[in-house]
Amino acid sequence: MESFSVANLAVVPQPAATFFDRPCSFLTGSHLKAPFRSITKSNSPISSSAIPKPIRAVFSEVVAAGSNLGCQQEMITREEGLIIYEDMILGRTFEDMCAQMYYRGKMFGFVHLYNGQEAVSTGFIKLLKQQDCVVSTYRDHVHALSKGVTARSVMAELFGKATGCCRGQGGSMHMFSKEFNMLGGFAFIGEGIPVATGAAFTSKYKREVLKEPCDDVTLAFFGDGTCNNGQFFECLNMAVLWKLPIVFVVENNLWAIGMSHLRSTSDPEIWKKGAAFGMPGVHVDGMDVLKVREVAKEAISRARRGDGPTLVECETYRFRGHSLADPDELRNPDEKAHYAARDPIVAFKKYLIEKNLAKESDLKSIEKKIDELIDDAVEFAEASPVPPRSQLLENVFADPKGFGIGPDGKYRCEDPGFTQGTAQV
Amino acid sequence: MASIFLSAPVSKDISDFNRSSWRPFLPNSHSLSGASMLCVGGSGRAKNQNAGRLSTNAVATKVDASESSTDSKPGHELLLFEALREGLEEEMEKDPKVCVIGEDVGDYGGSYKVTKGFSTKFGDLRVLDTPIAENSFTGMAIGAAMTGLRPVIEGMNMGFLLLAFNQISNNCGMLPYTSGGQFSIPAVIRGPGGVGRQLGAEHSQRLESYFQSIPGLQLVACSTPYNAKGLMKAAIRSENPVVLFEHVLLYNLKDKIPDEEYVLSLEEAEMVRPGEHVTILTYSRMRYHVMQAAKTLVNKGYDPEVIDIRSLKPFDLYTIGNSIKKTHRVLIVEECMRTGGIGASLRSAIIDNFFDYLDAPPLCLSSQDVPTPYAGVLEEWTVVQPAQIVTAVEQLCK
Repeated sequence: MESFSVANLAVVPQPAATFFDRPCSFLTGSHLKAPFRSITKSNSPISSSAIPKPIRAVFSEVVAAGSNLGCQQEMITREEGLIIYEDMILGRTFEDMCAQMYYRGKMFGFVHLYNGQEAVSTGFIKLLKQQDCVVSTYRDHVHALSKGVTARSVMAELFGKATGCCRGQGGSMHMFSKEFNMLGGFAFIGEGIPVATGAAFTSKYKREVLKEPCDDVTLAFFGDGTCNNGQFFECLNMAVLWKLPIVFVVENNLWAIGMSHLRSTSDPEIWKKGAAFGMPGVHVDGMDVLKVREVAKEAISRARRGDGPTLVECETYRFRGHSLADPDELRNPDEKAHYAARDPIVAFKKYLIEKNLAKESDLKSIEKKIDELIDDAVEFAEASPVPPRSQLLENVFADPKGFGIGPDGKYRCEDPGFTQGTAQV
Repeated sequence: MASIFLSAPVSKDISDFNRSSWRPFLPNSHSLSGASMLCVGGSGRAKNQNAGRLSTNAVATKVDASESSTDSKPGHELLLFEALREGLEEEMEKDPKVCVIGEDVGDYGGSYKVTKGFSTKFGDLRVLDTPIAENSFTGMAIGAAMTGLRPVIEGMNMGFLLLAFNQISNNCGMLPYTSGGQFSIPAVIRGPGGVGRQLGAEHSQRLESYFQSIPGLQLVACSTPYNAKGLMKAAIRSENPVVLFEHVLLYNLKDKIPDEEYVLSLEEAEMVRPGEHVTILTYSRMRYHVMQAAKTLVNKGYDPEVIDIRSLKPFDLYTIGNSIKKTHRVLIVEECMRTGGIGASLRSAIIDNFFDYLDAPPLCLSSQDVPTPYAGVLEEWTVVQPAQIVTAVEQLCK
């Protein structure tokens, strides 16, 4: 398995100068100091020589053009660059504000922040149409924001207010938006993947049974820990079987709370697992938004064309702990420092300036705009009302007749106590 | 096996079952046993002042007095699984978004032949044969329901849906609420369950209790071809996720059902046999054990009122309450386990709402809290038998 090429994706040798200095694989761990575990242990089934070099995925037109891959010219326009930058800044600023608000006692429970992983969300979701669906996990604030859900409604949801995107009923781990086709927000890992598969199934069904023109694509985001879960494998199988328009995006940040990916997974190279099901598997540097975007473009167009699913493993890192309650003591500071130096936002800013796609002042004004947007979102959330009692029993059922017939012969939902939220159902 | 008194559900809203007004069905044959029709006014019955009233009211209340005998009534005879198939087929023809997802539903026609012929008629995508991955294909159906389809998920055996419990509980039940009402899940989860004939513990599970606490789910159980078809159609049309419990031993029940289209209410109970002395609440297969016991009870001079609750969640407390207010005694007969079963919840609801009307403690006969044994005799003793029902009624009416 030295190389695995996908139609339209070329395997290229690592160019000498990219806008990241270091090679993008840490799967061997051998270059890192102890106590990192190397997977080249004697009792490991994988020997270092057998580990295939990860592919640096490049859009084939770039290869065909024979351009200097090192400087990645003309990959994006200025407009696209600014949109990408703004989206990543939005994600970062929002999450930083969440941390502040949490420690000030404005939001509660389990809050999982996305700092450091913005390249994955922006790289993929900014290529989607509004009708395309996104399914995520509990680390879903930034996926929702990238998909288009307003910062106000996400912040209000986190504050538990009635103006939140889920009326305050979902919370941090359950961000839903029918308008922007954000299908959640799931607390148990893996349980969103079948839902994403179902959304992709609907897309195919609309095309083939209902004969409607439909090329909607679904993206399922999940982490490295999920890739050991049964639902992951079951859905890979079904997606290939029925050639569903879905992209499985693994955000491999190497840690599942305190469980290192290398300790829990017999073969840590997740991209390879697609091949077992007949699906292309691609590994990409998840700290580099342009690389992610290239791979995403191809994977999403594959799905849109009807060529079936793709498994994309994005190697990324979360700068904060698993959640705001996690003291984050297990991760080696060297590892953290290493990835902090590869901050996707810093790198992209540098890229935009070096390529003369934007000036420092343009980027500063974007940052200012986002700061104001977030401040406004916080004000909005603070000022919003908490849900009224009458909201308690609403939406449990789409059809509230589901609460049944009371002793007086009337449907319970017709009882005034019900609409006031005081009825015992 | 008891013969069947079929009656229309007592509906507050006549338009609920649409189109045919009720008429008494007297089955002229059924395949469960060679027993003939029940004759209520049999000889040898103890004299009882209610006797005269009993025989004329032996069959359930007529809603529309102008209906005469059944013989001239149109209708067609079929088995329960065919009634389910008919209901499903009608809904699939009516709405192209209705699809079936499950193991062996396509080429094989369903493990109990409920979807026989469907994949030829509707195509492979509408009748989707899945790999053996209950949790994932149930989740897939939920995702499809959120995005506009109306899937009917078949569990080859309801027990297999235990593997899908994560999706059923977390997603099916919860997502309409956690999404703040943005998404609905108009899915139907159906399949055969209950204690069969020596199928072994894992294929003979009584799962109603496991699902009943999940907020956001509706549970119904069918027991006759008439209510099977009506409930199937109602479940498919409902915007809520509905779990439809079928019973392995009832699939070959034969009866006549109306030719016209009809849909039943998911939330209503069915009056099987009106009476005066005691209310017996039951559902699914136990309905037949109750009716067999009723035969004996009537001969002994009792007049039980039998209600098939049909809706396991939520309970139709109106029909149940009216009955208790009349008889003041209630017996629940269920196939579910004693601990945390449907009967346990029902008994609690009755105490909460109708305590003042009771002249005796509400009794509940449930199956034993044992995994269903393989040996025939042990299996028999696991579930409630008619003799136990007779004894319980006698005890209640002392």
